[in-house]
Amino acid sequence: MYSFTYTRAKSLAEARAMLAKDHDAKLLSGGMTLIPTLKQRLASPSQLIDISRLAELRGIADKGDCVEIGAATRHVETSRSDVVRQKIPALAHLASQIGDPQVRNRGTMGGSVANNDPVADYPAAVLGLGAIVKTSQREIAADNFFKGMFETALEAGEIVTGFSYPVPKRAAYAKFPHPVSGYAMAGSFVADTGAGIRVAIVGAGPGVFRWKEAEAALSKSFSVAALKGLAMPSAGLSNDLHATAEYRANLVEVMTRRAVASLTGEK
Amino acid sequence: MAKIEMTVNGKKVSHEVEDRTLLANFLRDQLGLTGTHIGCDTSQCGCCTVHVDGLAVKSCSMVVGQANGAEVLTIEGLANGETLHPVQQAFSECHALQCGFCTPGMIMAVSGLLKDNPAPNDEEIIQGLEGNLCRCTGYINIIKAVKHAAVAMK
Ligand SMILES: Cc1cc2nc3c(=O)[nH]c(=O)nc-3n(C[C@H](O)[C@H](O)[C@H](O)COP(=O)(O)OP(=O)(O)OC[C@H]3O[C@@H](n4cnc5c(N)ncnc54)[C@H](O)[C@@H]3O)c2cc1C
Ligand code: FES
Ligand code: FES
Repeated sequence: MYSFTYTRAKSLAEARAMLAKDHDAKLLSGGMTLIPTLKQRLASPSQLIDISRLAELRGIADKGDCVEIGAATRHVETSRSDVVRQKIPALAHLASQIGDPQVRNRGTMGGSVANNDPVADYPAAVLGLGAIVKTSQREIAADNFFKGMFETALEAGEIVTGFSYPVPKRAAYAKFPHPVSGYAMAGSFVADTGAGIRVAIVGAGPGVFRWKEAEAALSKSFSVAALKGLAMPSAGLSNDLHATAEYRANLVEVMTRRAVASLTGEK
Repeated sequence: MAKIEMTVNGKKVSHEVEDRTLLANFLRDQLGLTGTHIGCDTSQCGCCTVHVDGLAVKSCSMVVGQANGAEVLTIEGLANGETLHPVQQAFSECHALQCGFCTPGMIMAVSGLLKDNPAPNDEEIIQGLEGNLCRCTGYINIIKAVKHAAVAMK
């Protein structure tokens, strides 16, 4: 690793001020993406500003028709939270599928979503549920937040503080994990929300995206049968040594059917 | 440089180290606790697993400042004097190791798993050890040892 300094921020305001003063500083949350990146010398920040203990960024709250989760909430906390398990079981299940126990004991929702790795899981829930991303300066709707591979609407110095997830009528996440890394080769988050059906896909493309054709089909009839014959186009999907674009397209179809089947009880 | 203070295996320690020091290197190089192994560069093998404030973590993927002030438990702190911890005893009895390189991390991960789930089934054990790789024993005896330890700890 290149040299850097480490500071634990005492407040969100302090973290913001530090970021504003030093453009080479980087936020550190769970470190489960950033530290491996630093170890590979793929980044050389001047300093790490640890925001993982800030009270303003922690905690899970039941707000009736939505669930609010702080950015520094760890995967293990989301997966075990009674509120999340009761209100949005698909989100608790998704969190329990991330990486491995040691990674879930440290990694955080804010770090994962800010990073927007195309194969990460949380972006599927944020986009699938139509959540609101809260930052140090504004609120951003999920539909406007993700901008493709590792890109988001976040501006320099902007800190994700939390998320507001509308409680869906029902939702499910199905993921085909890469057999070695555990990251999604394809993941499909299907949600029946007050604002209609939403289907968000991760793993398969250069960033999370909505599969609008599947949403339209499921709006007519929320069933596996409604997806019959609906093909995911492979154009634009990732094509690498792990899988061809055609294979990923097929996985997207299968994962979407599995997610729906887990809600309807169909085979 | 920063002054790092933490409690490791029940003892208070304090050292001045570079901010970029990884917790795994701090334990091994500053404290001489070389039971915590470093088996990869990619945060995938779990050989470096220790407990920080009661949670199993990969000590190669934390800078030491993140553990400043924490309670850290390493493989060296698990036994009670000459009496092995039930998970250590079970690994020994069930032949859950060959070269032993992965074993400290496995044992720390298993003791974390059993805290959360005192009677895991095969599937839960496999998922619980998702973050630990063994390159020689094969996992059969490791799974056996976890079950053995679970019974012993009842
Ligand atoms: C072995 C392994 C397996 C994994 N498997 C999976 C998997 O299956 N699925 C999956 O989804 N993920 C997986 N991950 C990644 C893991 O979920 C990370 O926790 C997550 O990607 C990043 O969260 P973090 O809190 O660790 O962020 P960090 O590593 O601390 O930060 C990541 C990036 O986000 C920035 N950042 C952090 N917090 C904020 C904030 N509040 N506001 C703005 N920017 C911020 C940081 O500056 C950094 O650039 C895996 C990781 C490992 C090591
Ligand atoms: S040394 Fe491999 S995960 Fe830490
Ligand atoms: S016993 Fe050799 S790597 Fe596990």
